[in-house]
Amino acid sequence: MLRRTLNLERPDDVYNAVVDAHKGLDDEQCRAFDARLILLLVNHIGDEAVIREALKEAAA
Amino acid sequence: MGGAGEEGLSSYDYRHYPYRRPAELDGPGERRPVVIVGAGLAGPTLALLLAARSVPSLVLDEDDTVSLGSRSICQAKHSLEIWDRFGIAQRMVDKGITWEQGEVYLRDQAIYRFNLQPEPGHKFPAFVNLQQYYVEEFLYDRCLAEPLIELRVRNKVVGVQQRNDGVTVEVETPDGNYSLEADWLVACDGVRSAVRHLLGLPYPGEVFHDQFLIADIRMKGDLPKERRFWFYPPFHPTNSVLLHRQADDVMRADFQLGRDADPEEEKKPENVNRRLRQMFGPDARWEHEWTSVYTFTCRMMERFMHGRTIFVGDAAHVVSPFGARGGNAAVADADNLAWKLALVLGGQAPVSLLDSYDSERRAASRENILNSTRSTDFITPKFPAARAFRDATLALAKDFPFARALINSGRLSVPTTQSGSPLDTPDADGDWAGGPAPGRAMVDAPLGRGWLIDRLGRDFTLLAFGGPIVAPAGVTAVDVGEETLALQRYDARPGTTYLIRPDRYVAARWRKFDQAAVATSVARAMGKEATCFGER
Repeated sequence: MLRRTLNLERPDDVYNAVVDAHKGLDDEQCRAFDARLILLLVNHIGDEAVIREALKEAAA
Repeated sequence: MGGAGEEGLSSYDYRHYPYRRPAELDGPGERRPVVIVGAGLAGPTLALLLAARSVPSLVLDEDDTVSLGSRSICQAKHSLEIWDRFGIAQRMVDKGITWEQGEVYLRDQAIYRFNLQPEPGHKFPAFVNLQQYYVEEFLYDRCLAEPLIELRVRNKVVGVQQRNDGVTVEVETPDGNYSLEADWLVACDGVRSAVRHLLGLPYPGEVFHDQFLIADIRMKGDLPKERRFWFYPPFHPTNSVLLHRQADDVMRADFQLGRDADPEEEKKPENVNRRLRQMFGPDARWEHEWTSVYTFTCRMMERFMHGRTIFVGDAAHVVSPFGARGGNAAVADADNLAWKLALVLGGQAPVSLLDSYDSERRAASRENILNSTRSTDFITPKFPAARAFRDATLALAKDFPFARALINSGRLSVPTTQSGSPLDTPDADGDWAGGPAPGRAMVDAPLGRGWLIDRLGRDFTLLAFGGPIVAPAGVTAVDVGEETLALQRYDARPGTTYLIRPDRYVAARWRKFDQAAVATSVARAMGKEATCFGER
């Protein structure tokens, strides 16, 4: 089951780390960065059902 | 006092405080222990906190009335608790608008509601909205009733000369110039600090280019008390809007205009009214109190102490308005400084104690600037990817609680954490599951028929949760007993003891009372080496 509630101890720190990682990247670089990031996190999550649910929610 | 460059249409009756010819114009005056420059929020608060410790001060201000127009409005709980020590916080609560909840909207839908103080059992609410001119008026009234404070209006500092043991201040008045000798000069003279300029000190930081329109309007009807924040509302579809209610039925609408707006065009009454009409609907009626277009900066001095000159409030650090971290930080600065300055002047603590004002309040400023910059970046994303993440967060917020927690429309001012301060004694017992650790502000709780904050001493306080304690000389002991909420808030068990600093931060805590350990921690919190007390 895809977690819907907050799972971060320091949400503002993590959010800004993710956003700031895109600073200075052009559109194409952003897409490439996000693709690598998503694949890393997807593998870390591992649970295919969760990944498929997230894919569905992100498309909604 | 003063500061804003624009004339308001405010219905507030600006009182002018009387100028008197200073005695120093007719012959040298006595040396002053403390001269405070600037009578905004920080200056008078500091003067009152010093007076409570029998330290006289002279407050100089270049004009003769309170802050013009729109400045700080959200007075935080921790500021109210400080002002309560000289009996003016209730007046602010009575006059202002108490609020604890905020609502965030995306387009026309409410997506997130937060409560800043969900739990009852505090003497003061999370926030009271009160225009700065009222807060200053209440502070001046209290200062004028205080024999240890001399408030001189239309006294402008035009020269500062630092010496090893004091400062010479050159002051301009309508009757000519005079000079003053002071042991300590405290600059509370705002973001454009004359003292900082006179000493040639830099003020590094970040400039933000987004423009915002403030419209303070007086309205009748059923006005919302909570803070409201809109992303892309129908009445301002390209940007964000913040709405606060203030005293006297005044509403503050704050429209994000973007970088390219023409401020003169936006300020025109017909344009302001068009925006307000879209926001409040065809039947609403209002009168204008104040209109301005602003941008902001986040800046911080490299050091807040320069020889015998100490910088406080906006003179030392400045943030964006999101989060109410300007005025409230200035008041917290004053509280951090007052007791230390009094102990140093009284010879009870070494001068080096003041170094901790610099380190603790610079850490607080960094925390405030970080929070305010993050809010600003969320509200006004700086690059396309940042905007994409922001908009994704908003899009997910309706269905996903985690995304609501990420929405940053302002992380509202709470006491900052000064972890690692050399004044504090780190926890020795590892079994704390809660409660304010050393370096955190103490928290209020009901106690008997009153409140814990009302029982604290002027200096250090030992909070004991059952069990006999022996407080060192000059330390107030408070037996909290078995008050349920206090026990919870302090993660207390029988024997738990907290040492609270005069500025109501936790200096140390123990699971078991230990007289020698308390004495050591008190000495440490006063900036003395533990060996001074080792002989006892």
